[in-house]
Amino acid sequence: MINLKTLVVLAVVTIPSPSIAAFGDDFESVVNALNTRSFDDKLEAASRLATMDHERVDVVLQALIDGKLYKKKGDDTVVVVVSLEGGGHQLTDAASGEDLGKVGRRGAKKISVNNKLRRQLKGLFASRQLNVDDPQARIAAVQAIINAGDVSLREILLERREVESVEDVQDAIDVAMVVFDLDSKDQATKLAAIQASADNLDSNVRMKLTAVVSDQSLDQELRDAAASSLANIEGLVERYRWIETLFFGLSLGSILVLAAIGLSITFGVMGVINMAHGELIMLGAYTTYVVQTLFPDALEYSLLIAIPAAFIVSGLVGIAIERGVIRFLYGRPLETLLATFGVSLILQQAVRSIFSPLNRAVATPEWMSGSLEIVQGLSITYNRLYIFFFALLVFATLLTILQRTRLGLEVRAVTQNRAMAQAMGIRNTRVDILTFGLGAGIAGVAGVALSQLTNVGPNLGQGYIVDSFMVVVFGGVGNLWGTLVAGLSLGVVNKVLEPAAGAVVAKILVLVFIILFIQKRPRGLFPQKGRAVES
Amino acid sequence: MLTQMMLQRLMDHDRGGWVFLAVLLAIGILVPVANLLVPADSFFHIPTYTVTLLGKYLCFALLALSLDLVWGYCGILSLGHGAFFALGGYAMGMYLMRQIGTRGVYGDPELPDFMVFLNWDSLPWYWYGFDQFWFAALMVMIVPGALAFVFGWLAFRSRVSGVYLSIMTQALTYALMLAFFRNELGFGGNNGLTDFKDILGASLQSDVTRVVLFVCSVVALALGYLVCRFIVTSKLGRVVTAVRDAEARTRFIGYRVEHYQVCIFTVSAVIAGIAGALYVPQVGIINPSEFQPLNSIELVVWVALGGRATLYGAALGAGLVNYIKTVLTGALPEVWLFVLGALFVIVTVALPRGVIGIWRQLRLRENHG
Amino acid sequence: MFRQLTKVCAVVVLSFSATWAAADTIKVGVLHSLSGTMAISETTLKDTILMMIEEQNTAGGLLGKKLEAVVVDPASNWPLFAEKARELIEKEKVDVVFGCWTSVSRKSVLPVFEELNGLLFYPVQYEGEESSKNVFYTGAAPNQQAIPAVDYLMNEVGAERWVLAGTDYVYPRTTNKILKAYLKAKGVTDKDIMINYTPFGHADWQSIVADIKKFGSAGKKTAVVSTINGDANVPFYKELGNQGVSAEDIPVIAFSVGEEELSGIDAGPLVGHLAAWNYFMSVDAEVNDDFIDSWLEFIDDEDRVTNDPMEAHYIGFKMWVEAVKKAGTTDSSQVQDAIIGVAVPNLSGGLATMMPNHHITKPVLIGEIQDDGQFDTVWQTPGTVPGDAWSDFLPGSMDITADWQAPLSCGNYNVKSGACSGQNYE
Repeated sequence: MINLKTLVVLAVVTIPSPSIAAFGDDFESVVNALNTRSFDDKLEAASRLATMDHERVDVVLQALIDGKLYKKKGDDTVVVVVSLEGGGHQLTDAASGEDLGKVGRRGAKKISVNNKLRRQLKGLFASRQLNVDDPQARIAAVQAIINAGDVSLREILLERREVESVEDVQDAIDVAMVVFDLDSKDQATKLAAIQASADNLDSNVRMKLTAVVSDQSLDQELRDAAASSLANIEGLVERYRWIETLFFGLSLGSILVLAAIGLSITFGVMGVINMAHGELIMLGAYTTYVVQTLFPDALEYSLLIAIPAAFIVSGLVGIAIERGVIRFLYGRPLETLLATFGVSLILQQAVRSIFSPLNRAVATPEWMSGSLEIVQGLSITYNRLYIFFFALLVFATLLTILQRTRLGLEVRAVTQNRAMAQAMGIRNTRVDILTFGLGAGIAGVAGVALSQLTNVGPNLGQGYIVDSFMVVVFGGVGNLWGTLVAGLSLGVVNKVLEPAAGAVVAKILVLVFIILFIQKRPRGLFPQKGRAVES
Repeated sequence: MLTQMMLQRLMDHDRGGWVFLAVLLAIGILVPVANLLVPADSFFHIPTYTVTLLGKYLCFALLALSLDLVWGYCGILSLGHGAFFALGGYAMGMYLMRQIGTRGVYGDPELPDFMVFLNWDSLPWYWYGFDQFWFAALMVMIVPGALAFVFGWLAFRSRVSGVYLSIMTQALTYALMLAFFRNELGFGGNNGLTDFKDILGASLQSDVTRVVLFVCSVVALALGYLVCRFIVTSKLGRVVTAVRDAEARTRFIGYRVEHYQVCIFTVSAVIAGIAGALYVPQVGIINPSEFQPLNSIELVVWVALGGRATLYGAALGAGLVNYIKTVLTGALPEVWLFVLGALFVIVTVALPRGVIGIWRQLRLRENHG
Repeated sequence: MFRQLTKVCAVVVLSFSATWAAADTIKVGVLHSLSGTMAISETTLKDTILMMIEEQNTAGGLLGKKLEAVVVDPASNWPLFAEKARELIEKEKVDVVFGCWTSVSRKSVLPVFEELNGLLFYPVQYEGEESSKNVFYTGAAPNQQAIPAVDYLMNEVGAERWVLAGTDYVYPRTTNKILKAYLKAKGVTDKDIMINYTPFGHADWQSIVADIKKFGSAGKKTAVVSTINGDANVPFYKELGNQGVSAEDIPVIAFSVGEEELSGIDAGPLVGHLAAWNYFMSVDAEVNDDFIDSWLEFIDDEDRVTNDPMEAHYIGFKMWVEAVKKAGTTDSSQVQDAIIGVAVPNLSGGLATMMPNHHITKPVLIGEIQDDGQFDTVWQTPGTVPGDAWSDFLPGSMDITADWQAPLSCGNYNVKSGACSGQNYE
């Protein structure tokens, strides 16, 4: 066994660029043939591999796609690696599955794969997945074959179509057939395929149709058919685009609402301009990072743990700010602005000192990645969808707290008339602490959501502070509904303007609009009523 | 004779002001002498590096002065004064850009390098006239002044005040920053205006020009102080202070409060613009980061640290904070933000009257004891 | 009163004036932001230079003297860069400065270096259109990064439609302008090129990614050339991943995303996207392995990475050392003469040579992002490419050339008119 193996390895090593003849029919030599610099030769070997009936074919192909297939330094054995903590690799012989122990960082070198090869490999791998039990996996496999565009896989698909029993998979295969037929040499088949593609929004289809339209050598009938199919597709795309823009706007708006809602409470209830609000958001995002670092295995649940954790962390920091700084400054809103700005600088630099100035990597759980396809061509990304509903949930919770609980009643009383509330026996200090803690905690929760969208770094908070203030002021201070309406509408306006005006001009226009609006209605969309207004 | 009387009236009961002007006079004479006349190896020689540094502080002091006028005396906390400063700077920068002439990278006599580069065919209309110093000097005052007037007229008329006004001014400078970052606007985008060669025919690289600019800054600061002093001791100033302390009451007495506010706000913006115009030739660059909201807020802490509503306190605060910044960013870069942050907190919580306040309190105690 | 004032002034002078330059050390200035927005990128470069200085001192110093680092923090503030540059040269009397990252910081210090005749080694890829007597550009010029990258996409990936997406500042503007001219010369029509600019730190990429997706599904293979800067990249790639744009459909080739930027993000959604640099940490060369080992040891953190600007500083430092040895002095004018033609090993196993236009020769590497945040080289130029200060694809600079050797001695020489313009030296 060992002798044979070294022999094969020698054969591969001595022939620098193995041609198709260089590897035999046995599994091991095909695997070894993967170790070559030429991507074409790698594809040859992989294609051969895909047709083989060996228990480790899937393992090797998957490893190659994932970039886990290495060659060991010294004897050039093809190995599957698992990277170890703190550098180094754990090696497994690719062909035999034998454990080859550990080596250092320099002990093995990757067998590289480029995009083109990876796409083809995925097709090959998918062709082996057509027979798995899970219908969803089969559909995914069919899609991968379409993407790979490898005509040689057509026959495999046809074979599967014969025995396929699940309707959805049958449909998927039929679509794939149409896509393949677009390249057909047969005029009638091609025309049928073109007509059948009129509502297929797959980009491969569009690519092929465009090619047909611009190909002078083809029949005019074919080209006209392709043009009309394309026009139909364009029409669909345009219609979906409007829905998409609306969703983009709502999504941007929901983020604004999340960032601003905590501010709305502290600003409205206590008259405190909390410039450190952005940094409280940042702390929430960092809490997510810490949670993920502490529980690396529970990535899928990390956000669920992070939400309460961030609420507590930011809430406590908020309470500390209130007790340490703000309580000396009640009734002097401009001074709170300055003092909390100082706090924000300190928090930023503290994070920079503790976590380094580099951004931190926060992973996205599986259920937050990807997008939900409503119909073909119109899909909504999961992370933004969840965050949108999360924002609504936070809003509803806050509203319930303020409307239905004892604390809420007291908060509203203090908002309307501080002195009178105190006279009625409400302990203002306690209300202040709890309100500020609540506002800060919500900021932390917003941070968890933002960690899924943007950089987690010391500058995270700064990017949101001006926007948050705009939302609060536009909506009307101390009015939760105002904040919701303001946030969502600003988001939508921004996104509607963006395609025409560009991202920056859209933002400038929104800012100018708010500045002018405030001149007209100095108290925002929904002005607050009560004594607090006059002070 | 007349000026002496004027001075007498302005500076009556203002010992701090006298000291301030005396110090300015001393620096204005000693620094140029120590830089130009004292030989380089002498102990008393001041290197050009220090001259430009001090010149920069003086511009910041003038900027702080302008903020103190609206914040200290008028109660308007502007978080957008950096914008007026930057606009003044841009106006001056445009003049300096036009002075480059054919000495630019692409040697175009008409267009600045960045315009040649972005394929502009001709000079946009808003650059017309900036090849003349008098026009640029006028714009240094008119542009910030006009913006402040329009903004103030809209805001004060509809009684936007207090926190709302602060946030709106912040939005103003933020919007301007975004706008100036755009290359399409024709102000050089992120790189801003730089690579200046000379001003009024004198090379910006020469020590003499630097010293002259430095002296100009000293004079501007002194004049700025006198102008502010004139305003706050005049009837206008009294009314404005009344507005600060009780806006509604002043209104009920019959004063058109918003007129006074707009007036002071505009004057203050003009002073800030002049500070910016003096700043640009000394540091050699103006770019949109001057519009950052952070800069404008930092400016507030200079004033607060020095002492609000004292004028010279604001100037002192500007010098002090910037000196600390220079030293710390050289020695302990990580500590700088901690220090700045702590300054904000301490000044607002414990030192509402700033450094000048402490000094006054000490003197009061001495007099009593 | 007057005596008091002189006293005050004396104190001011004292506190400002430097500790006198000690004659037995050679001072090396480090001008990188250690705070503010650019600290993320620049702190590493400061450490790199400190490491190089330490190594040089262990190896016996230079000209029999020890090297001494003078580190200042310009705090990502552009006017402060000029101020600190002046401080380094005039007050600290340093012999050479390694520093700057952004173009605007370089533009800000340029007049200072030219006035005081200092030496600046600038380690970052940049837009070109400049060649100063006092600056040595060890990063890539556009022809050492952008053009080979587009060639790769065109020839190996088969891209026919192009999205040029960038942050709105001078580097992307120039690069895209050059690329557009280049693509058109290759027969690409205007409607197959989409150019998009976004502000710094742009976070909401929904609409733009949707646009790119739409642009890319119009029937031809589409590629994105990204000059998006720093912080804006993470949300951009996340949005690409979530909207289902994979590297196999629409590959994105980036010029500003390196190992350091990737170490701050979850690289999963980025796998297969490309970057063009002159060095990757994964380059297979003995000298690179040694460099990585000494870097990890110096910084005492196994997880740190190396990147392209670090290699540029490595090359720049070695070149300066060689030039000083050759000239036998640290005098800037003599070093300027001596350094042209100096060749030192780069980290990918080749040689880097200082050209007469103050740019250096570099290999160009195209790498695909891996899920561990490293790059896998999929293509590289057969030899090294000399940096071109003035692009051949821009109408304004086609005829301009830079040559700091006698008799030309000009960084901005128009071959047609024979004029040397834009020079600030007497």
